[in-house]
Amino acid sequence: MSLLEPAGASLLELEGVSRVYSGRRGLLGRRVPVRAVDHVSLTVAPGRTLGIVGESGCGKSTTGRLALGLEAPDQGQVRFAGQPIPPPGGAEWRRLRARMQLVYQDPLGALDRRLTIATQIAEPLAIHAIGTPADRRDRVAALLGDVGLRADLGGRYPHELSGGQRQRAVLARALATDPALLVCDEPVSALDVSIQAQVVNMLTDLQDSRGIAMLFISHDLKVVRQVSHQVAVMYLGRVVEQGDPEAIFATPAHPYSRALVSAIPTPRSSLGPRGRERIVLTGDPPNPANRPAGCAFHPRCPLAIAACRAEAPELRPADGGRLVACHLVHPPSGSFA
Amino acid sequence: MSARAPASPLVRIRGLQVAFGGLPALRGIDLDVTAGESVGLVGESGCGKSVTWLAALGLLPGTAQVSGSVQLGGEELLGAAPAALDRVRGGRVAMIFQDPASALNPVQRVGRQVMEALRLHRGMDGPAARAEARRLFDQVGIPDAARRIDAYPHEMSGGQNQRVMIAMALAGRPELLVADEPTTALDATIQAQILDLLRRLQAETGMALVLISHDLGVVADMCDRVGVMYAGRIVEHAPAEALFDRPAHPYTRGLLAALPEMTGPRRRLDAIPGGVPEPWNMPPGCAFAPRCAHAAAACAAGPPGFRQAGPGHQAACVMPARAAVPA
Repeated sequence: MSLLEPAGASLLELEGVSRVYSGRRGLLGRRVPVRAVDHVSLTVAPGRTLGIVGESGCGKSTTGRLALGLEAPDQGQVRFAGQPIPPPGGAEWRRLRARMQLVYQDPLGALDRRLTIATQIAEPLAIHAIGTPADRRDRVAALLGDVGLRADLGGRYPHELSGGQRQRAVLARALATDPALLVCDEPVSALDVSIQAQVVNMLTDLQDSRGIAMLFISHDLKVVRQVSHQVAVMYLGRVVEQGDPEAIFATPAHPYSRALVSAIPTPRSSLGPRGRERIVLTGDPPNPANRPAGCAFHPRCPLAIAACRAEAPELRPADGGRLVACHLVHPPSGSFA
Repeated sequence: MSARAPASPLVRIRGLQVAFGGLPALRGIDLDVTAGESVGLVGESGCGKSVTWLAALGLLPGTAQVSGSVQLGGEELLGAAPAALDRVRGGRVAMIFQDPASALNPVQRVGRQVMEALRLHRGMDGPAARAEARRLFDQVGIPDAARRIDAYPHEMSGGQNQRVMIAMALAGRPELLVADEPTTALDATIQAQILDLLRRLQAETGMALVLISHDLGVVADMCDRVGVMYAGRIVEHAPAEALFDRPAHPYTRGLLAALPEMTGPRRRLDAIPGGVPEPWNMPPGCAFAPRCAHAAAACAAGPPGFRQAGPGHQAACVMPARAAVPA
């Protein structure tokens, strides 16, 4: 259970969830377990959005797949509406999937090139045996309208649509079964700025009108701030900071969150980066197959102390109703401090 | 005329037009780049920001119809002999791209690839080339250069491969580096490293930088002057500060309003309605008019010329004054 949401209020709960893959060290190295997601606890309340930010390999997409039950956790439990998610592939899981849908970055990859947009939007209705064919036609027309696509575009094929229109079509299909949860994995990252704003506005409008909860996964902090009620910053499989997006993006407490926020270039020159301190981290994010001991961030952290090399900090409550996993925020009681 | 720098330019582009299969992709670009300065080109997919430089350096496929003039230090590049272009590319002008992994040869050690550039452009060979490659690796901040020089691209991270590309670009001691979305495929903290590196190298070598990006923040961070492109034209051109503080063209203003921010109150984003016009369906006048809240009859009359919106600040809009209130 998350420390930030009251019990019973959540639609989706990840409790101490881990996912371990078998990876290699180097091209021909020996097989080692890779903890893509390591003891992550998160909750999403009905009708609210939890944003997950972090860089490649931080485990944010795997977290999304665990949330949908596309993968089963190796440790911990994922619950949807209070019930554990059944194993992937079974009839029970399929039934549940009507209530939780996935939207990801590449709409062209998500759509079948040989089928018209309307056919594809109707597909989930057929799969879940919802309505008569006539009902489905009406529903498709309504869904096209909901996502701001002209009715005649239903008769087109994916390649005849622009990138923004395709992402709207993918959203219409995801909404067809009236889901309670959308997992959005980089849904606007491939779109141009002007189109990105259209889709972001549409997502928040849809949330307002339908009360959909969202798990919004993105590397783009600005977009996440725009849509999220809660935000979690992940680094190498773990949540390092979590809480209110205003608090976290304005005054990040974890040194990694601080570096991430300061790395975002902004066009407003009055408060732009030229007049702002930028933290440039050294080195690359470490390979999850070769996780540093202690705090995984310590080799890149400008503030690391001895304790950081020895002991992994736990996620604990800090100022402003947030959770932070950092020895500098919560000095360890042992001999390291 | 647009985009002219005051001093005599290193690169002088005039009336550059490109068409693919009869459809215009670039519809008349005028742009100067002065020695040592950094110029940003921003715009959305298909606006022509990359095509401008691919055309200038003769890197487009033979099917592209290119016209106009591109001069480097007074020497015409359009229609120049292949041998002359080979000396320019990777020599006086170097280019780096978004995806370093696909620009590098996957089966050749990264050091060899840099040495190849040294051989071609500086006639260096053997131990001298290896020593120089190592120095370049140090210069671009590749840790443990002596060993990494013998690594293959797949053994390096995306950020490290981009550093290799930059080392290769520096091998020819370029007067101009054209960086086309150099950090778009990289994580935020690595992007910050690469931008930092480019800034430092520019200060060290005095080379000019053309930064092509869809990211207004990156360009604001890096560039002295910025050109905003839309549908094959530069629609606004200004010193970076003026452009982002007092955008004059409705498209620039629209782009800035569409961006979510990291600070201040959250507001609904002002999306620009509609989409970019297709090349076969270009509006007769201003290409942005169909999406523009201020469009009037005059906008359809013909492509608007540049009007002054401030010192060194021009906007191709029939009424930039109306738009030019602080953003």
